[in-house]
Amino acid sequence: MSDTLYTYAVARIRSKEMSLLNAAAIEQLMSAKSYTECIRFLQDRGWGDGNTQTAEQLLATEREKTWALIGELVEDLSVFDVFLYANDYHNLKAAIKLVCTESEDFGLFLSHGTVDRDDIIRAVREKDWNSLPEPMRQPAQDAYEALLQTHDGQLCDIIIDRAALDAIYQAGAGSENDLFRMYAELTVASADIKTAIRCANTGKSLEFIRRALAPCSSLDVEKLARAAAEGRESISDYLATTDYAAAMEALNRSPSAFERWCDNLIIEYIRPQQFQAFGIGPLASYILGRENEIKTVRIILSGKLNDLPEQAIRERVREMYV
Amino acid sequence: MANMGMAFAILGAAFAAFLAGMGSAVGVGLAGQAAAGVVTEDPNKFSKVLILQLLPGTQGIYGLLIAFIALSQTGILSGEGSEISLVKGLMYLAACLPMGIVGYISAKWQAKASVASISLVAKRPEQFGKAMIFPAMVETYAILALLVSLLSISGVTGLPI
Repeated sequence: MSDTLYTYAVARIRSKEMSLLNAAAIEQLMSAKSYTECIRFLQDRGWGDGNTQTAEQLLATEREKTWALIGELVEDLSVFDVFLYANDYHNLKAAIKLVCTESEDFGLFLSHGTVDRDDIIRAVREKDWNSLPEPMRQPAQDAYEALLQTHDGQLCDIIIDRAALDAIYQAGAGSENDLFRMYAELTVASADIKTAIRCANTGKSLEFIRRALAPCSSLDVEKLARAAAEGRESISDYLATTDYAAAMEALNRSPSAFERWCDNLIIEYIRPQQFQAFGIGPLASYILGRENEIKTVRIILSGKLNDLPEQAIRERVREMYV
Repeated sequence: MANMGMAFAILGAAFAAFLAGMGSAVGVGLAGQAAAGVVTEDPNKFSKVLILQLLPGTQGIYGLLIAFIALSQTGILSGEGSEISLVKGLMYLAACLPMGIVGYISAKWQAKASVASISLVAKRPEQFGKAMIFPAMVETYAILALLVSLLSISGVTGLPI
């Protein structure tokens, strides 16, 4: 694909990057005295649409703005499928739970997937698995049947999460762009590590762990599964031999510290894209930068709302893209 | 065969105008896309990005100049069309090639430098002066090619062949 295809888009993104929150802005947000002050600070920075009141509305509006801009700049959004599959599979999970529990809570669904959420709900409701994209069909059917027969929500989650990771990995591996490949690899590897730790903590069987872990090139999932079945110590020993040895300190602190470590690693990797004038990389990096910004603001706002100590919030705050 | 010299001389002029013009068209178009992207977000940067957009346009002008001089030397423009030997015609062709080829390549690469500088101006408009220098450096090689073509054409004209 020609690099010059996105020249206009990259130039616009360069201007848009000027309005992203940098470390100093996050510091200002952190030093706000109250939740209301935080909301006012964000509104002054142009967040929301003037009518948004709550944090969730504000963040949802910002996410909509990001995708509206990207939709304007890129004709074929399928290049970003690797970012969107997680939403699809989240919606599939929500649809299965919605249908199986006959609940009416539509707030669980996410926008901006590759498949319309109403189509997913309809497919699950009518058990019309063939109307779903091919990679979703079998996991959807398996998860639906598992939830109906066993009422085990965790098993349903495992089946769909594993399928989501496989889809993300396939999309990344099939991309010509290093950034998408790295994103997919890191997403799958970090999810595997988190799952392994959770399984080790709850004493899951080796069979269950094998089913939950998705293959990726930076981890040997068989070794990781065996280590998880043995316990946390074994996971530490195994990870020390991989690219994720540096993550051990964060992992030993807390799962949220590890998530922060993974997010910071992605941001560190994509930061040089700020100096690229061509290609899809700067656009993809902007999306990741915005998602990271929204996630960080959500952490700060919920911390302020729940009167968490500053140190507890600070531990979770991510590095910024700009 | 008597007219082959003239044909090659005209071919040389056409190469200079076509190749350099093509490079500039592609370059100005590419830089224009980036400039439009910046102006969409901040119309105040129009004058700055316009200058950067125009930088890859000079090669087309140089190509036109060389084509004009070559045609003028062959007498085509005055309508006299004096007879040119085959060797001299080939020499005119060779004299025009530096401007055509270097013009085409330098315009495309200058455009890429311009696009990068437009991104720089989008973020740091106060650095416009420095941003101008990067694509302007590429211009050096277009000017060198212009000089070689100019000197060659004048040299060929004076040769008694």
